[in-house]
Amino acid sequence: MTLAEISEILDALSIVSPEETDDVPFHSVCSADLMSDVLYYHAPNSLLITGLTQPHVIRTAEIAGIKAIVFVLNKKPDARTIELAQQKKIPLFSTPYCTYTASGKLYEAGLRSLRDA
Amino acid sequence: MPLNIDGCIEGSYQLIGGNFATAGEASTCLKLKLTELGVAETIIRRASIATFEAEMNVIIYAAAGWLHYYITPHGIKIRIEDMGPGIEDIELAMQEGFSTAPEWVRELGWGAGMGLPNMKKNSDLFKIDTVVGEGTTVEMVINIP
Repeated sequence: MTLAEISEILDALSIVSPEETDDVPFHSVCSADLMSDVLYYHAPNSLLITGLTQPHVIRTAEIAGIKAIVFVLNKKPDARTIELAQQKKIPLFSTPYCTYTASGKLYEAGLRSLRDA
Repeated sequence: MPLNIDGCIEGSYQLIGGNFATAGEASTCLKLKLTELGVAETIIRRASIATFEAEMNVIIYAAAGWLHYYITPHGIKIRIEDMGPGIEDIELAMQEGFSTAPEWVRELGWGAGMGLPNMKKNSDLFKIDTVVGEGTTVEMVINIP
């Protein structure tokens, strides 16, 4: 599934636009607010759904190989987070849905978790 | 990209406790270095995750610390020394889910009790020395096959 399709399913607003990753298909998703869970169950080229918006979420994503992040409940990251995401070329989105609903919508559309993919 | 490591490449980063703004910078610098040296992506990921967890532990618990790395064609050795509170019960601290992190750290998404188990999981050799009231040293080796 492409980022454009994910964005449409989640009615998401783009905060940091994708560059080269635009056409890279996503096969798995991780929904977590605990960064060690992201690192423990890591899988490269995944999407992260989270409620955390601090800069270290971007660093965690970079280390774990996460390729894009969706913030839930219309959350918007601060300028430092956005700047770091631009540097690391990690696209950011914000969805009005909560973690449960956002995850459910993508599951319904065929995306699975890091562990089951 | 072929492996481009001649002898032993070493370096250090200073870590400042409580500094969440730059937390993870040392690990991402090391990740970049390993990429430049042509290390395989799976090895880089294991080394980066183990280092990142260790770095975050220094940021969360200690006043300050150092991250030293030694890269040879056979493996990556990482030593993290901190001036922190030490660990009272290592066996307990190694259990998945056990954490002594304060609430404000958990609100930032850390302190889930997966740090030490995650370091061990991603290392081929994992050693921890700690003195309560003085600090902790973690040594990890990730082999390059």
